[in-house]
Amino acid sequence: MKHLIVAAAVLAASGVGVVRADAFELASSCAACHALTKPTDTSMERAFARKGPDLWYAGSKFKAEWLTAWLQDPKPIRPAGYPFFANLKEGTDHDEVDASKLTPHPKLAKADAEAASAALMALTAPDLVSAGGYKGDASSARMGAMAFTKLRGCASCHSGEGGQGGLSGPELTDAGARLQADFVVAYTADPQRFDPHVSMPTQKLSDQDLQRLAGYLATLGSGDK
Amino acid sequence: MKFGFAVSILSAALLLAPLAGRADPPINKVYEAYCVQCHGLKRNGTGINMPALSVRPRDHTDTKGMGDTPDDELFKAIKEGGLAVNKSGLMPAWGSVLTDPQITEMVKYLREVCHCGAKAG
Repeated sequence: MKHLIVAAAVLAASGVGVVRADAFELASSCAACHALTKPTDTSMERAFARKGPDLWYAGSKFKAEWLTAWLQDPKPIRPAGYPFFANLKEGTDHDEVDASKLTPHPKLAKADAEAASAALMALTAPDLVSAGGYKGDASSARMGAMAFTKLRGCASCHSGEGGQGGLSGPELTDAGARLQADFVVAYTADPQRFDPHVSMPTQKLSDQDLQRLAGYLATLGSGDK
Repeated sequence: MKFGFAVSILSAALLLAPLAGRADPPINKVYEAYCVQCHGLKRNGTGINMPALSVRPRDHTDTKGMGDTPDDELFKAIKEGGLAVNKSGLMPAWGSVLTDPQITEMVKYLREVCHCGAKAG
C-alpha cells in the first residue's frame, strides 16, 4: 500500500508542472488518494486498493465551474464512499452503507480550489474522449430517461432524477452540471478503456442509446445549481 | 565480473517481476468488488442496490436453484449477462472486466457458496 502511495506521488510529480509554484500543491495533496497520471500498475490488486477515483483524465471529465465549486463544498458524490465495497455492512433486509467508515473529502479554500481545479482541468485525455462525441440532441432526453431507469439498468447502481436508484455507483443526480457530455458518451461506451477494473462493466450499447443517455444526464442538475 | 553483472541484471529482473505480473486478488475479493453490490455480503441477493432493482438478484446460497443451473449457464450469465441466458437484463455482462479463467474460478466459487454440485449440463 505504502508503495502505491509513493508511486502515486512520484507519478504525480510529472503533473506538478501544470501548477504554478505559488498555487495549490496538487501532487502532494491529491495524489495520496487519486492517480494524476495514467497508472503503470494496471493490476486488479492496485485497482481494489484505491482510496479515490483516478483523476488523470479529470480535464476530459468534469466541468471546470462545477469542480471549483465542489472542491470548496465537497458534498459526497458516492453514497457508499470509495470504493463502495469497503464501506458496506449487513442490514435487516439488505446491505447498508456503514457510515462510520466514510471519510469526508477535504474542503479547499477558494484560491486553492481554483488552482486545483485549473491543474486538474489540464489533465485531459483526448485519445479517450473525442470532442463532439455527444451530438447534442437534447430531444432524446426522454428516451434516455427510460433507458436509464428501465431498459439499460443504469439506475441499478446510479441514482438519477430525484435521487432514485442504486447506491454503489456515483450519483448522477447532478450529472449535467458535473460531467462533460462527450465524456459521458465515451465512458459509458467503454468504461474499461478508462479504468480496466472499475466495477462498471462495458455493455453493448448502440450509439443511439449512448446519445439518449448522455442527453438525459445532461439535463440533470444543470438548471438551478 | 561478468558473472556479477549478470547476477545484478537478474536481480533487477526479479525485483521488477512482481509489479509486471501481479497475481489477481483471491476470487472472494473479486466477488466482493463486483458481485456484492447486488448479490450482497450474505451472497443471497440482498446487496446494497437491491431496493433499486425491479428483479431480485439471484440468491447464490440457494442450494436447489443454483444446483439446477449448470456450470456453462453460470459462466455465460457472468460473461454475457442475464439476457444471454434468458434472465434479467439487470445482470450486466462482465466479460469486459473478468477474464475467462476468472469467470471459471467464479463458477467454482459459486459452487462453494451454494453448497451444491453442478447439474450435468
